[in-house]
Amino acid sequence: MDINTKLLKKNAFRVTKKRGMTASRVRVPGGHLEAIYLPLLQNIAETYGNGTVHITSRQGFEIPGIAFENMPQVNELLQPIIEGLDINQQVPGKGYSAAGTRNVVACIGNRVCPYACYDTTGFAQRIEKAIFPNDLHFKIALTGCPNDCAKVRMHDFGIMGMTEPQYNIDRCVNCGACVKVCKKKSVGALQEVNYKVKRNADKCIGCGECVLACPTRAWTRGKQKLYRFTLFGRTGKKNPRLGEDFIKWVDEDSIIKIILNTYDYVDSYIDPAAPGGKEHIGYIVDRTGFEEFLTWAMKDVQLPEIAEVYTPIYWKGVKY
Amino acid sequence: MGFYFTKDGMNAVLKRLMDEYLVYAPIRMIGGGAFSDTNSVRYGQISKISDIIFNQKSEYSFKEILLPLSQTLFFFTEDQVKEAEAPKKGAIIFLRSCDLHAVKRLDEIYLRNGFEDYYYKRLRENVKFILLGCQNPFENCFCVDMQTNTIDTYDASIEQAGDGYVMDNHCNAWESLLSSHCLNQQDVQPSHVTETGVHVKIPDGLSIDAANSKMWDEYDDRCINCGRCNFVCPTCTCFTMQDIFYTDNGKVGERRRVAASCMVDGYTDVAGGGSYRKKNGQRMRFRVLHKVYDYKERFGYHMCVGCGRCDDICPEYISFSHCINKLESVVKEVGDNNA
Repeated sequence: MDINTKLLKKNAFRVTKKRGMTASRVRVPGGHLEAIYLPLLQNIAETYGNGTVHITSRQGFEIPGIAFENMPQVNELLQPIIEGLDINQQVPGKGYSAAGTRNVVACIGNRVCPYACYDTTGFAQRIEKAIFPNDLHFKIALTGCPNDCAKVRMHDFGIMGMTEPQYNIDRCVNCGACVKVCKKKSVGALQEVNYKVKRNADKCIGCGECVLACPTRAWTRGKQKLYRFTLFGRTGKKNPRLGEDFIKWVDEDSIIKIILNTYDYVDSYIDPAAPGGKEHIGYIVDRTGFEEFLTWAMKDVQLPEIAEVYTPIYWKGVKY
Repeated sequence: MGFYFTKDGMNAVLKRLMDEYLVYAPIRMIGGGAFSDTNSVRYGQISKISDIIFNQKSEYSFKEILLPLSQTLFFFTEDQVKEAEAPKKGAIIFLRSCDLHAVKRLDEIYLRNGFEDYYYKRLRENVKFILLGCQNPFENCFCVDMQTNTIDTYDASIEQAGDGYVMDNHCNAWESLLSSHCLNQQDVQPSHVTETGVHVKIPDGLSIDAANSKMWDEYDDRCINCGRCNFVCPTCTCFTMQDIFYTDNGKVGERRRVAASCMVDGYTDVAGGGSYRKKNGQRMRFRVLHKVYDYKERFGYHMCVGCGRCDDICPEYISFSHCINKLESVVKEVGDNNA
């Protein structure tokens, strides 16, 4: 048997424990899909796989137990899923065009969750369209609010929904619900002053708990969708660590631009000898220094006035 | 006299009325809901007829125009007091039949309950009401059972009719304005609801003994005492006073009157640290019986107008109408206990 393992990996298959057998990874940007695609996955698993499907840690599907020789047929059966989920593709019918840039993960977001500050799936799909296909090893996750159910600080880029609370003082009856909830469930950024509420904007993390708690709509959500953007968290062997705050109150367009700029930066600075062409971005930044990364990342980025950039950034984590 | 207006004709009428009045109606607040990417239908000022949301119930009622949630009554220095200005213009409020019945309740409390409230009266005197006809009930409405589904004490009524609007006018001062801008005159009867999806039955034998029922205990845990039910209610009239001393000069300040809620902590706090209704179930008991028992004992008709806004808004899905319907068994329960 002669199989180019480098190519099959780029095609979103993998080398498995069992000789001659592979598994197919299905991207589901934002982890949300129409149920009509589930029978198609079932068909692939039952026709060419071992009849099981694994739900991956990055919200995709992995269909194991596929013989290498059946990869072309599997790719054909994947085509309606790839098209249906609007995945960018170089050659139709030939499966996924890359695997390095991983599936974009998102919590369920404001299609369902009351806490979410935006449509996480929609933004995940927008990011997927902007960055895929790409062989570089990028991991991106989105979460609807600072509860961070998607654990975005474990990823290269973490996107956390925020809402800038708007206070209509004339609708406030000083019931105390917002002050109480902010203290108990969030950061205690609200204080009663003269029977009204003062917000400490520096302290506020934009979770929106005050808006949810307010019984009179004195607190409402800001019109602009804004985010907390975290950088270069990672799992892995050498130095697993949490992503650190990069920009607070950043907008969608700037986030996408910064991610795309980072692809250029990594292209220039990735270790040419990196095993499998795979190096976590954070290690590259450790090498070039944060300032160099910043110069590349912020190219042509117009941040909204409210945005706060944290610089320099120091990461912690476990070092082995 | 009834009229038919085109959209342009209606807007011309509104434009003229706005010289004299601030015009309030249910409007859509884009992004105004508590959850992200949700809107809210609430009362606000309109500038044209298409601003009015005819096909949805407003989340909060018209009440906040007559009884602002937070209202400065007067300003004080060390030796002087200056009354806060009243609005320069009168107001026109577009509202539904149940809400116009609620105006009667507000008047009862603020004008006829032993004294006249000055601040309420100076607003109320300059308000005109335009009835929004209801072709269909909304979710949780029970106006028919509360006998608030029809009313004729409006200044005018309005409804959408095809691309235009029909209006019945009771206000003599508006008659020539309306006839000069209408497309034609016709007989107009405002629509009203005759059947609702929700029904309530307030039992005949209800007495103050209902307060002793175990039924209320269920709400101790279910209710989160947020007060939304009070704040959206068109008939809740409670307020509290706040004297503010300005932070830059603590010798001057203002007195505010703000809406209060019998469900929210602090409502029954008294000097010496007492608090009479600590449990949420007891607060629920007070509110429910006030709406369908106590008020009637005093004024002869029920306070609740059956708009259902409290049910619409409760984040814990506690239904007021469902609670009313449990009163039948409450009457039996407390009757058995007394026997």
